[in-house]
Amino acid sequence: MRNKVLIIIPAYNEAESIEGVISAVKKELPDAGIVVINDGSVDATGSIAKGLGVRVVDLPYNMGIGAAMQTGYRYAALNDYDIAVQVDGDGQHPPDQITYLICPISEGKADMVIGSRFLEKVGYHPSLARGIGIKVFSTIISLITGQRITDTTSGFRAVNKGAIEFFTRNYPDDYPEVEAIALLYKAGFNIMETAVRMKERTGGKSSITALQAVYYMIKVLLSVFIDILKRVER
Amino acid sequence: MQLVQVIAIIFSISLLIGIVDLIRRGMIKEQYALLWLASAVILLILSVWRGLLDKIALAMGIAYPPSLLFLVAFLFLLLIVLHFSVIISDFSERNKRLSQEVAILKTMFEQYKEREEGK
Repeated sequence: MRNKVLIIIPAYNEAESIEGVISAVKKELPDAGIVVINDGSVDATGSIAKGLGVRVVDLPYNMGIGAAMQTGYRYAALNDYDIAVQVDGDGQHPPDQITYLICPISEGKADMVIGSRFLEKVGYHPSLARGIGIKVFSTIISLITGQRITDTTSGFRAVNKGAIEFFTRNYPDDYPEVEAIALLYKAGFNIMETAVRMKERTGGKSSITALQAVYYMIKVLLSVFIDILKRVER
Repeated sequence: MQLVQVIAIIFSISLLIGIVDLIRRGMIKEQYALLWLASAVILLILSVWRGLLDKIALAMGIAYPPSLLFLVAFLFLLLIVLHFSVIISDFSERNKRLSQEVAILKTMFEQYKEREEGK
C-alpha cells in the first residue's frame, strides 16, 4: 500500500516565492497532498495559493511558525496522512530533495528525517555568528540524543504518522525546530538525518534579525533544558 | 487602639467588601476570587487580633509587628500573580488550539462546499 504524503507549507508574507514553491512541489510529487498554512499574511500569499488549487488554511492571526506547523500536523492527522513533510514557503527547501526525506520513513528506518545542509559538503557557508549558533545547538542536541545531529535548525523535515500524532499534542511555539528534536527524542521516537541541498531564499527576508538571534539562542537553549525536565507522553 | 491598627482594619474591610461586591456583580469568577478573598480575610484577622499579630511577629523576629501585615500582603500578591501566570499560559494554549481548529474547520468546510457544488 502506498503512503499518503502531505506537504505542509507554512507561509507568512511569502507572496513572491509561494507560487514557485507550490508549482515545484506539484511537479516533483504529483500524488502528494499540499496544504499551505497561511499564518496571518497581510500580502497576497493566501489568494495566490488558492489560485493554484491547493488547500489553504488561513490562521486568524499571525500565530508563529510553531503554531502554524502544528496546524499542518493537525490537518494531516485529521485527513489520515501517513507522512508529513515541512517545506518552507520562502523557497529555501528545494522540492526535488523531498524524496530523500520520505524514503527512510516509508522504509520504516526513522520516525523523523531531517534534511541536513552539513552532512555533506554542499557549499553552504553560514556567517560566523550563525555558524557558532549552529555548532552550539548541534553539540547540545547530539549530547542529549546520543547521536550526531548536524543541522538542528533545519525546518526541512519529514515525519511519520506516529510523530504527526505526537506533534498535534506537543509542538513548541516559536523557533520550534531544535526543541522539536528534543521532544521527539524524549518521547522515544527515532530521528535520522539525510543530506540535502538547500537554496538561498528566493523572496522575503530571513525571519531573524541580529537582536532576535541573541533572543533565539537563549530561548531555544532554555526551552530545550526545560523540555528535558518536562514530562512527555508519547 | 493605635491609629495604624484602625487604618489596617478599615483597609482590610474595604478590600473584603470590594472583592465580595465584584463577585456579587459577576465581575470576578469565584475560582479567581479565592486567593483575593483569602488574603483579605487573613489581613482582616491580623489587623483586628493584635495579640496574634504580635505573637507571630515576635516569633519571626520582626521588631515592629504591623510591618508583618506588609509581608503577608506581599506574599499574597506574589501568589496571586503567579496564579495569573498559570492561568494566562493555560488560556494561550487553549486560544491556540481553538484558532487552529477553527482555521482547519473553515478549510474543510470550503472543501465540502466545493464538492457539493460540483455535484
